[in-house]
Amino acid sequence: MQPSPLSINKFRIFFILCTLGILTDNIIVIHYLNQPWEIAIVDGLVSVGLLTLAGLLIIHTLRFYLPTGKQYINIFSKCLILAVIWVLLIKVILHFFYGQNAAYSKLLYESLPVRFSIGFLLLGCFTMIGILWFSQQEQKESETRKQDAEKLAKEAELFKLRQQLQPHFLFNSLNSINALIGTRPEEARRMVQQLSEFLRGTIKKEDTDWISLKEELQYLELYLNIEKVRFGNRLSTAFQIDKESTELKIPALLLQPIVENAIKFGLYDTTGQTEIILSAKKEGGHLLIAVTNPFDPATASPIHGTGFGLKSIQRRLYLLFGRKDLLTSTAKDNTFTSIIKIPQTQNHE
Amino acid sequence: MSKVIIIDDEPLARSMTKEFLQKHPSLDVIEECNDGFEGLKAIQTHQPDLIFLDIQMPKINGFEMLELLDNPPSVIFTTAFDEYAIKAFETHAIDYLLKPFTQERFDQAIAKWNEQQANSNPSQTQELLESIAQSPAQNQRIVVKNGSKIKIIPVHDVHYLEAADDYVKIHTAEGYFLKNKTMTWFENTLDKQHFVRSHRSYIVNVQQITRIDPYEKDNHVAILRSQVHVPVSRNGYSKLKNVLGI
Repeated sequence: MQPSPLSINKFRIFFILCTLGILTDNIIVIHYLNQPWEIAIVDGLVSVGLLTLAGLLIIHTLRFYLPTGKQYINIFSKCLILAVIWVLLIKVILHFFYGQNAAYSKLLYESLPVRFSIGFLLLGCFTMIGILWFSQQEQKESETRKQDAEKLAKEAELFKLRQQLQPHFLFNSLNSINALIGTRPEEARRMVQQLSEFLRGTIKKEDTDWISLKEELQYLELYLNIEKVRFGNRLSTAFQIDKESTELKIPALLLQPIVENAIKFGLYDTTGQTEIILSAKKEGGHLLIAVTNPFDPATASPIHGTGFGLKSIQRRLYLLFGRKDLLTSTAKDNTFTSIIKIPQTQNHE
Repeated sequence: MSKVIIIDDEPLARSMTKEFLQKHPSLDVIEECNDGFEGLKAIQTHQPDLIFLDIQMPKINGFEMLELLDNPPSVIFTTAFDEYAIKAFETHAIDYLLKPFTQERFDQAIAKWNEQQANSNPSQTQELLESIAQSPAQNQRIVVKNGSKIKIIPVHDVHYLEAADDYVKIHTAEGYFLKNKTMTWFENTLDKQHFVRSHRSYIVNVQQITRIDPYEKDNHVAILRSQVHVPVSRNGYSKLKNVLGI
């Protein structure tokens, strides 16, 4: 339910001032029409008091039932009825007080149509203000709701995209550790350590976190070391990082899925020696990172088309930067390269 | 002595299986393989009694490898995570070991296999392969044997399929390949939005169709880009219309 406009100070003052203005006006007019001050004041208090009550009633009604479309006719007919009741009440009450006063009685009787017109006009204005206020409130509320929903959906999507930690990877790593425990317990211990740190990093980091390339690379190294244990000598990696780029910032866990993708096609889907090269340099206002891996065109393309599973990364970049041109990939001969551009304009600290 | 082959792309995973096999001296590991191609060759050469088979492997996966064998040996699957596969294993009572597994669980699997051998229960591997068809990896490509070579056909390269006795002819731009499967298997496996069973003996790749003409009474014929005419039955015609949205 929306707050009543009267709950806001500015409107309360406006409402009171209006009431007082109309009251003063009423008193002066009655006095001007040759009635004594006493009668003019009582007349004013009764008329304006009842009108104020009617106004409050309208506000209260609108608060619960905001008219839509054709209901406007309905609400204005209610105004009309309210104005009629108001005039009748004035007549009865004031007649009760000053019925014996013939001059006033006559004035009261003759002024009824005028009073009705003014009352209806005022109540109508009041209703209009109320409707405007409440529909604006409702719009504001639905706007906020919509924004909240969008924000939630975006967060959930980002969360899902980054939580795509492969259960396959996890269980296979555990299996490797299991195998190492019997024969090479020292290595098993080291791998448990690396796997834990890797998992901790996945859980801890938020999408909104920006970390230095150096940090992200350290994290990737954990991942690649685990894969090296799993696949023995088949995997080798090379980092070619320009000095000036190491302190540049990137969103946490952004590079991870790209390297995962390189591993998926370069290591999981080929049989020979696999080298994965990661290079980074600064170019204009961007940090440019390229990941290169070998792939087998005969088996890789039939499964995954040409997209190479980079869609989710593309999507994440779009959610983060609102751009679709930040990730490009090329497949040439048996080498696949993904290039990602990270704008360095972001204000992050 | 029973002959055993271990097929897994991770050396440590293989050594784990080998270690657990030490408790079973009657099982002799005659070869270890890195991928499905090697596995296929080794199985054909050695005719093992039992294989330990990983599913996700380079080139062709464990299921695709089994599909290419005329008489697959007994299989104990070793896999880390594959929701489709696990469901299929459960429904076909084929034993599988989820990595990482323990010696006890491993021994159980061996005991179960021994029991099956003693009762000479038929292997349910074939049925398993039928049911695994729907997994996403399986409907993107078709693996066939072409002489001694293995050919991986991306499904979008397939023009149409034609029933041929116990086989299905897979027609592509390079000619046709044979696969020992039923039309129903292909109908269930392939994406129904792209492959329509236009006729009892034909499944057509919708993207290859250039036009559909009436043919004799009640029948139609689909003309492919390659100018091949594929028969369309009345029932097939309504299926095609449905997919093409006409």
